Amino acid sequence: MESLTNTIQAVPLNHYILLSTIIFSIGVIGVLIRRNAIVIFMSVELMLNAVNLLLTAFSVYRGDATGQVFVFFIMALAAAEVAVGLAIIVMIYRNTNSVDINVLNRLKW
Amino acid sequence: MSTFYFIAFLSIFFSILVISAKNPVHSILYLILTFFTFTVHYILMNAQFLAIVNFIVYMGAILVLFLYTLMLINLNKESEPVKPFMVKFAGVFGGGILIIALVASLKSIGISDPVVLKNPDLGLVKNLGKVLFNEFLLPFEVSSILLLSAMVGAVLLATKDPKAA
Repeated sequence: MESLTNTIQAVPLNHYILLSTIIFSIGVIGVLIRRNAIVIFMSVELMLNAVNLLLTAFSVYRGDATGQVFVFFIMALAAAEVAVGLAIIVMIYRNTNSVDINVLNRLKW
Repeated sequence: MSTFYFIAFLSIFFSILVISAKNPVHSILYLILTFFTFTVHYILMNAQFLAIVNFIVYMGAILVLFLYTLMLINLNKESEPVKPFMVKFAGVFGGGILIIALVASLKSIGISDPVVLKNPDLGLVKNLGKVLFNEFLLPFEVSSILLLSAMVGAVLLATKDPKAA
């Protein structure tokens, strides 16, 4: 384990921020360009995970365990969110026979 | 050091595949690979508890739930909706602008210190458990109520309405 953790010794914090930024933006792009509700949901998961990685990196950088506890709470929240969201998607599919989000434009009235 | 860059490359590569794959099932499989690379990131930072939780909760529970729902819905190939090219281009352009804005604001900070693990026990279960059950005991209990209400809500939403049927 000692040799494994030594591998991060030289990685600057900026590179972790850069990685999380890129993955978060990929999630945003996924939300914007897809029409399948499940894929949009997966893009949201991608964004949540990018933030989790950044919180862990800052936690290690500062030597403070609070950040990792926050990541644990975010994971619990993501599990709850996925359960409710997928139930809503299943219900929409049962009513409209599709998971296309453009079908949902009737919500605007 | 080069391990991090290799894993980071894999993370970005697979996450691009997630949003570009035509078949939603392939998207989910690529998302599993992306989350696996995140687990490797956590191990590299010696956050062992988070690595295990990420492995079990995300790859084990959440993605199986996704896969299950997708199988249940049984999407046909011809019903897969595609956005027009201009909307796609605008989406990628907007995401690119977001990356540029965030990276530019990052540049103004200047050179950063390397991430050094000062305390090797930081991410272990013993240390995190002490923090979780001393300082964050109330949020921990509240999150259990959140999970319970989410479970009840999901069951309530997914069951058929007896009046409509």
